[in-house]
Amino acid sequence: MNRFHLTADPLNAEAIVVSVSSAGCGAVATFIGLVRDYNQGRRVEWLDYEAYPALAVKTFERIGSEAAARWPFVALAIHHRVGRIAIGESSVVIAAASPHRADAFAACRYAIERVKQIAPVWKHEHFEGGDVWVEGATADPEDEAAKQAAYERACS
Amino acid sequence: MFVTVRLFARLRELAGTSELRRELPDGAVARTAWESLVRDHASLAEFEPVISCAVNEEYARLTTPLHHGDEVAFLPPVSGG
Repeated sequence: MNRFHLTADPLNAEAIVVSVSSAGCGAVATFIGLVRDYNQGRRVEWLDYEAYPALAVKTFERIGSEAAARWPFVALAIHHRVGRIAIGESSVVIAAASPHRADAFAACRYAIERVKQIAPVWKHEHFEGGDVWVEGATADPEDEAAKQAAYERACS
Repeated sequence: MFVTVRLFARLRELAGTSELRRELPDGAVARTAWESLVRDHASLAEFEPVISCAVNEEYARLTTPLHHGDEVAFLPPVSGG
């Protein structure tokens, strides 16, 4: 299984955990992002996710390299789903395996913060009575301040 | 030179297409392609302060030079996760 992956299929968190686990690994931290039924006072019906596929996978790999530089003993996987995702289904699964839990938690948190900052993926929220493109961060992988903010959140 | 321009999410909707061909003068940079798009789709202009761009599937700057056959993509603020 590719550790950095974009797919229109449902995500299998258990298989992703297995893909990063090894005999020397004493901990796996996971983050699973779910589609929530309520956002900014609106009842959400579903989300459509769009991505720039080739750049998204390269960006996940870049996040993997950044994490490896800070936590060299962590094995990381980032899988993001695109297309229509129903309430309660997962849109993203991140797994970080490490000999010890502290690095696994930190690398996992760092990875989701960076996904939100720089992955070329967009949510189109369909709510009761309308729809809106969610627009978050201007993606700039070279922005050192953003990278540092992600690191500080990971280690707080 | 000719380049392929790709647009995503709200930029794609405003322009009414996800991909188009553009003829640009020699010496063009990514910003030249953006300005050419805005001439045809004025509603894109408000995004200029917040867009990112990519050239040939790598993040780039608006000052990145373009060459014949390049793919340049413009990205609105991202919202994955």
